[in-house]
Order: sequence, then structure tokens, then C-alpha cells
Amino acid sequence: MLTVNELHASVEEKEILKGINLQVNPGEVHAIMGPNGSGKSTLSTVIAGHEDYEVEKGNILFDGEDLAELDAEERAHKGIFLSFQYPVEIPGVTVTNFIKTAINASRKAKGLEDMPANEMLKKIREKAALLEIDSKFLSRSLNEGFSGGEKKRNEIFQLAMLEPKLAILDETDSGLDIDALKIVANGVNKLKSKDNAVVVITHYQRLLDYIVPDFVHVLYNGRIVKSGTKELAHELEAKGYDWIKQELA
Amino acid sequence: MAYTEEELKKELETKEYEYGFYTDIESDTFPVGLNEDIVRAISKRKEEPEWMTQWRLEAFAAWKQMEEPEWANVHYKKPDFQAISYYSAPKKKDKYESLDEVDPELLETFSKLGISIDEQKKLAGVAVDIVMDSVSVATTFRDTLAEKGIIFCSISEAIKDYPELVKKYIGSVIPIKDNFYAALNSAVFSDGSFCYIPKGVRCPMELSTYFRINQAGTGQFERTLVIADEGSYVSYLEGCTAPSRDENQLHAACVELIALDDAEIKYSTVQNWFPGDKEGKGGVFNFVTKRGICHTNAKISWTQVETGSAVTWKYPSCILKGDNSIGEFYSIAVTNNYQQADTGTKMVHLGKNTSSTIISKGISAGKSQNSYRGLVQVNPRAKNARNFSQCDSLLMGNDCGAHTFPYIEARNNSAQIEHEATTSKIGEDQIFYCNQRGIDTEKAIALIVNGFSKEVLNKLPMEFAVEAQKLLEISLEGSVG
Repeated sequence: MLTVNELHASVEEKEILKGINLQVNPGEVHAIMGPNGSGKSTLSTVIAGHEDYEVEKGNILFDGEDLAELDAEERAHKGIFLSFQYPVEIPGVTVTNFIKTAINASRKAKGLEDMPANEMLKKIREKAALLEIDSKFLSRSLNEGFSGGEKKRNEIFQLAMLEPKLAILDETDSGLDIDALKIVANGVNKLKSKDNAVVVITHYQRLLDYIVPDFVHVLYNGRIVKSGTKELAHELEAKGYDWIKQELA
Repeated sequence: MAYTEEELKKELETKEYEYGFYTDIESDTFPVGLNEDIVRAISKRKEEPEWMTQWRLEAFAAWKQMEEPEWANVHYKKPDFQAISYYSAPKKKDKYESLDEVDPELLETFSKLGISIDEQKKLAGVAVDIVMDSVSVATTFRDTLAEKGIIFCSISEAIKDYPELVKKYIGSVIPIKDNFYAALNSAVFSDGSFCYIPKGVRCPMELSTYFRINQAGTGQFERTLVIADEGSYVSYLEGCTAPSRDENQLHAACVELIALDDAEIKYSTVQNWFPGDKEGKGGVFNFVTKRGICHTNAKISWTQVETGSAVTWKYPSCILKGDNSIGEFYSIAVTNNYQQADTGTKMVHLGKNTSSTIISKGISAGKSQNSYRGLVQVNPRAKNARNFSQCDSLLMGNDCGAHTFPYIEARNNSAQIEHEATTSKIGEDQIFYCNQRGIDTEKAIALIVNGFSKEVLNKLPMEFAVEAQKLLEISLEGSVG
């Protein structure tokens, strides 16, 4: 589904990614771990198509198609979803209005009519229940005055509504208490299927107790320096990232 | 597409003014210049009674002594008041009996403006009075309204048919010497709308006036007078457009509202006069005086969406004379390219337990300057007066400006006055977030701007709210690929 080949990317002429290779197949869960500043968020932002990030070398294929020429919204229409580490506030735009606009934008890109209101409402109710979201929450302005946990839960709510092929969760666990973490992880697990894939970006192993990865990759200094199964995450938790640094030194 | 400052700038520049057409209708236009003879000639052309002529002459005499105000935060080349024609009317028979007699070119203009008169006839949704250049050319639904005793007609007809009402109220809220432009308007106004709602009557439909400047080198000076008698209610809408022209056109209107005891007036404006081109050439100078007076328990609500004009100078105000009266001002002002707006309100608290609310949303883009100027005045007798003001500014790009000038004068120590203000910028991160969810940049800006303006948009009547939202999108985004 997602193939990253020898990807070099920079922002403001500073090279952050220095040759990433990654293959994600349908039905798989990948975890990308690494110390601060290793390039984890950059990788997700580049895949999502942020214009400030320059791909210097290599490419990203999604379902066999090179993403290089596609704008962020076109990538979204193809089924790439990024759960942001720091979701932005949009005052005056309700959670419901925002998701409605997003869904209909994707439908329009596929030549479909707007989703009928009753169908939309049904879907919103269903997904809100899945993530234990109160209906009052849906009429609040997007992320405005939300707690850290509410913001992240809202990201996963959007994920549930948009049903992408590939979901990238960037530090979804930061700012979540253990109860919220369980709800969010539970939601992601319920949305998982053999046709979609999840890439979890995290600093800590904690989230991986709930969203169990098939593969774990360690990103360090712009490269994937180690890959393995979920045991690798436990090893990292026990030994810390210094272990990797020493191994590489 | 992620969005950068550079791209936004480019995008905004592509904005086109879609009402910029000119209708080729034969017009009866006065020679340029202003003197007593012109004032008399306007009055004569309108077949006005002597008292009206004298009132105009008095205003003209006052105007000659006055100076054009310079305190507003706008910069422009002052109009040459002797180079303007003060009267222009589509050539026509004395009076239309029905719309069928109206010049087809004119009807075509209405359809371009999105006013389908046929539809409106059928749907009974909105009664419209259309003022083209200086003359009211069509008023719909008069018969339906007349059954309830509601008078809705052009001001010139009202002067002839209801002189006692006009004589009593015209200039009662905006005295002829009030300010430079009001004095000018009082001297030369050529038409406008008049509305009277009898005691205890709730007007069953929205009343609407559509203003359009068509002829080159003419000024438009319309006068609106709305009287809501005791216990009545009316919602009034006003829309404006003009052709794109290289020179600046002058628009100096006066609107007076009178809400008698227990009455309520809602007055909504969507102002979309030609704003000038992207180099700042041309556009309408919009110097407008709007004021209402509230008697006991009465309420006046001003709602405005200001997207047009090269220069706007406008402060819809409320005089809260009666005890327990309420004044409201909800405003969205959008400026782009080289537009300048200095707009706001005055809430004058005279009666006891009076309250006022001010919500102002300014959106600036391009190289424009957008100022909010407001006065909250609590007089010594106004016990327990309350005011809440909120002024929010949204900036797009780095070359525009947002300014807030709130004045508060409290002369009664029981007054409660609150003022809140915020300034924000549309961020690249907001745009990218929307893009990532599949929403393109154009739609994202519309979403953010509409969200920012929501509190005010919600105050507009339904049909107008949709039009206003569309207008915000057009004003800010242009036709991007």
C-alpha cells in the first residue's frame, strides 16, 4: 500500500530525512519509534504532502502511484489520513460542520454527490458512540478550548468518519491520560481491517500495549536504523534510546 | 495544496467583482455641479411640496458652511462636489403601473443582480423596493402589505402621499446639520425607501431595498425612513451594487429608524458596492449616516455585512432614549486589495435600564485597512445601563491592517460596560490541517472566515445569510483555477 524508497527530505534547506525505506501492506500495523528530533513527525508530514517540506531524493508510492505531484488534499482523497500531534483550532466551525465539509470534499473529488444529511447523522452517531463522544462535543468549535485528550479523541473521531486506507497517528498518546488512551486505542483497533493499515508514531512504548504493532522501526538521525517485531519496543523501553545510539556509534 | 503567504496574496488578487456590469438604459441626468438651483430642480423634478424644498435648502445652506470630516482612519482624494451630477434617473414614463411596463434592460439588470421579481411575486418571501441610480423603480408586494396597513413605498411617493408622517419624522433622528454628508444628503437626496408599520402590526415578510448606481459621474444619495409604531415589528433588508468604473463614485445615504414604544426594528445590510480594482483604482466612496431611536421598551438591531466600497465611513447607531430599550450592532467588514473601512457604531444610553450589544468582526486582506470605531456613551440619567462589546479582527497576509478605536464615556456609576477584543491571523497550519482532511485551500479559507463571522451571520435573515456567506467567499478568494 505504502512504499517509501530511499526518501531524503528537507525543510528550510536542512536535511531531516536521510534515506528512509518503508513498506506498509494492507492489514498491517507499523510503529515508528525514536528519540526527539529523529525525524518522526517530518516523515508523517512529508507523506501527508506539506509544501514546506522538500523531497530531495527518493519517492513515496501509494497503491503504486507516485505521490510527488499530488497536493495534500489529493493525497487525503486517495485515503491518507494524518492524526496530528498538535491539532489546530478553527473557531466558529463546529466538529460536525468540519467533518461534514471534509467528507463531502472527498466525495466531490470522487465525483459523488454530498452525503445525504440523514446518512451523515447516522454515521456521526455511530462513530461518536464508538469513541464514547458526547453529542454536546460535536457542536463545539473545532479544538477550541479542548483539553489535550479531547483534541486527540477528535482526531480519531475524524479518522473513524473518513475511513482512510492508511492512518498515520503522530504522537497520539501525548497528552492522554490512561483512560483516554484506552478509549482511543480501542477505537483504532475497532477500525482496523485487512484492507487498511496503521502507522503509529510514538516516543514511548505505552500506546503499543493497546495498539499492538506487527512491525516496529527505530528512526534515528533521519534513518530507520533497526526494525523488528513488538519485542523491539519492549527492549527500547527497558534499555532506552542510548542503547541504539551506542550500537551505532 | 499547502498555502503560503505569497500564494494567498496572488490568490486574493485574482478576485473579480461580479456585479461590475453597466446597463445601457437611457437616463435623464442633471448637469454636474451643485448650487441652490440644482437643489430646487431636484425638488421640482420630484414634484415636492414647498416645505420639502425649504427643508432641502436649509440643509444646503448648512452644508456650505461645513467641512468634510478628516478624523476617520481613511485616506483618499476628496471628491470634487462640483464635478458630480446630483440627479440621474432611468428615463421612463411618470410611473409604472406594473412590472410589465418596466424597461426590459432594467429587468435584465435585476436578474443579473440575482433578484428574480417573478419568483418573489410567487413565493411571497420578500417585498422589494429597487432604487436604480436615484430613483425607486419597482416596489413589489404593496397590495399585500397594504391590507395590514403597512406602507412600503419610495420616499418620493411618501412625501406626496403621507406628508404628515414624513414631515414629523424626517431629520428627527439625523438632524440636517448632523454631519457633512448627512447635510449633503438632506439637500440632494433623490429617492429611497419609506416604511411605516402601524400599531401592533407584525410585518409578515422581510422588506427589502436594492440600491444600484448605474450612470457614470453620478452620486447616489438615497434616504430611508422606517417608522415602527407602538408594539410593531419589522425586519428590513438592504443590498447594494455598482458597475466597475475607473473613477470613484460617491454614495452618501441617510437611514433613519424610529422604534416607538415596544416596537422592534431589525435592519440588515449587505453592502457590496464596487470596491475598486486590485490596484486600488475606482470604487465607491461610501459615506453613510445610519441612526435609530428607541423609545420605551423598544429594540433596534443593526446587522451589516460590508464587503464592497473603496472607502467606507459608516456608523449605524442607536439612541436608547426610552427606559428598558435595547440597541444591537452586529457587523462583518471585509477589506481586500486597497480598500479602506472605518466602521462601527454609537450606542447612546439615555433611558434607565437600557442595554446594548456590539459584535464587530473585521477581516483584512491584501493591502487594505480595516478600522472599528465605536462609542458607548452612558448619560447621567441612564441608571443601570449595560453594554457588551466584542471586536475581533482576522488578518490575511502581512500587508493589511486592523485597528480598533473604542470610546467609552460613562457618566453614571451604575453602568456596566464590557469590552473584549482579539486579533488573529489565518495560519498556514490551519490551512494544512484542512488540506489534510481533503478540503482545498479555497474552501478552507471560506470555512475559517465563515467560522470567524458566525456570530454575526447567524443574526441575518435566512435568505440573506446564504447570500452573505457566498459574498464573503467571493470577496476573499476570487476565482482560483
